[in-house]
Amino acid sequence: MSVLIYVESNGSEIKKSSHDAVSYGVQVASKLGGTATVIAVGDIPQEQLIALGNFGATSVLNVTGGAFNQSNPSATAAAVIEAAKKVGAKVVVLPKSTLVDSIASKVASQLKAGVVTNVTELPETSSGFQVKRSIFTGKAFATVTINSDIKVITLAKNAYQGTETGGKATVEVLALSLTDSDTKVKTTNVEKMTGELLLTEAEIVVSGGRGFKGPENWGLLLDLAKALGAATGCSKPVSDMDWRPHHEHVGQTGVKVAPNLYIAIGISGAIQHLAGVNSSKCIVVINKDPEAPFFKAADYGIVGDLFEVLPKLTEAAKLLK
Amino acid sequence: MKILVCITHVPDTTSKISFTDNAFNTSGVQFIIGPYDEYALSKAVDLKEQHGGTITVLNVGDAETEPTIRKALAIGADDAIRINAIPKDAGFVAAQIASVAKSESYDLILMGRESIDYNGGLVHGLVADLLSMPCITPIMKLDIDGTLAKMSREIEGGKESVECNLPFVAGCQEPIAEWKIPNMRGIMSARTKALKVVEPISVVDDVVYGSYSLPAPKGACKMIDAANPGELLTLLRNEAKVL
Repeated sequence: MSVLIYVESNGSEIKKSSHDAVSYGVQVASKLGGTATVIAVGDIPQEQLIALGNFGATSVLNVTGGAFNQSNPSATAAAVIEAAKKVGAKVVVLPKSTLVDSIASKVASQLKAGVVTNVTELPETSSGFQVKRSIFTGKAFATVTINSDIKVITLAKNAYQGTETGGKATVEVLALSLTDSDTKVKTTNVEKMTGELLLTEAEIVVSGGRGFKGPENWGLLLDLAKALGAATGCSKPVSDMDWRPHHEHVGQTGVKVAPNLYIAIGISGAIQHLAGVNSSKCIVVINKDPEAPFFKAADYGIVGDLFEVLPKLTEAAKLLK
Repeated sequence: MKILVCITHVPDTTSKISFTDNAFNTSGVQFIIGPYDEYALSKAVDLKEQHGGTITVLNVGDAETEPTIRKALAIGADDAIRINAIPKDAGFVAAQIASVAKSESYDLILMGRESIDYNGGLVHGLVADLLSMPCITPIMKLDIDGTLAKMSREIEGGKESVECNLPFVAGCQEPIAEWKIPNMRGIMSARTKALKVVEPISVVDDVVYGSYSLPAPKGACKMIDAANPGELLTLLRNEAKVL
């Protein structure tokens, strides 16, 4: 039973969530007694594709050229579908990301496959094919059986840790031509931050709220994030007031994160914010109000004025290494 | 312009999530229009004001969802369709929506980027594929000029400007439009607007939900003295092992 794994690049390198998905897919293939193949779409450096072998992949298919890039979910889905047909995939694994929902739905629809997103564990395959998935924004889980011949699943961020096994994959170019339906949506401009850690991929996230009193004080948070090698996020009021861009808004209606360490500073912890962070492995809350509801969801807390605590914490973090 | 807005009927974002007898415990839970769907509906109302047309709101659900549908009518939808079935999974819901939409030639099908109960994020993409339309999600801005739509789509770490001709399906999120507060006239007229009940089509059960569980409860929060925040880093490294 063949497994196909889709991998995504952040523009310069293959994302950690994709490495996790490769390890996951390889495990699924081994449970089912089959082989795992990777499909990569777009111009991703050859050495990065070969290095997927380090996560257990032996064979990588690469579709490039024209509109075959990650900004085009329709063409990307077409490439995944072709690859799935070529290897006779019975399970297609995709790493959760902002654009992967549209890829997964098209792949599933075209392959007449049942599709389940936000899967958090390896499937149970002793009788049928069951997966556990996160629901209610991380506040609960459901166990779901997929009955269709082909199964499409997306893996929740940071739910499964990739393991480096060593090894090199062989890369094969899969030639594919576009159909008209794949070019109906045209990307005319891309505004993407560069040189910063991607919020959804980061192992450490530092987030700030209204407690910062204004965007001019954000440097305090950025300094700490830099010292820790963390990505930065913010609460909804902060992005609503345009202190920070919307793609940094963490919460129910913003970005959901699941890092190993989430540090919330000057955020009271409204239930809608908690919904975006409750899958984090460890939560630290720094707030001057000891009654802030966020402390109830935290593993570690500091009650104090962030303008005093943060500089000290940043100094300590710089010495850490 | 003929717009279809698909809405979910979901527990309020502050609801306590629990399960009894392997079903979601609705006791004391208030149900609302899915927040993302409400952005889609609000955008549809803006588009109707600018370009004219009609807004039909659709929900897949049993009779319990009708107050939620009436609220959507009060906000500004012209009529409503309820497909009389309890939603089983994304594939089931998408098949129901597509079966109603295929003969209606909508110019635009809007919905939220995902439901806030099952967080699938799949229905717009599945509906689009079943109707052979493009799907764009998650969009934060939508302007229509003639038959061309210009949108802003969120990507990880940024956004993209994208263009597409009508018709298409889109998943919406903030800040695409301001939520609308229904006024008294809207609430009164919603009572008499048409709400058509359609029986579901039969769909193969590719995905079947079994049991539900809750995450392990959090332990107590360990407090650290504000005068010595370095202690926090020591604990994170040696105890929590996350640094």
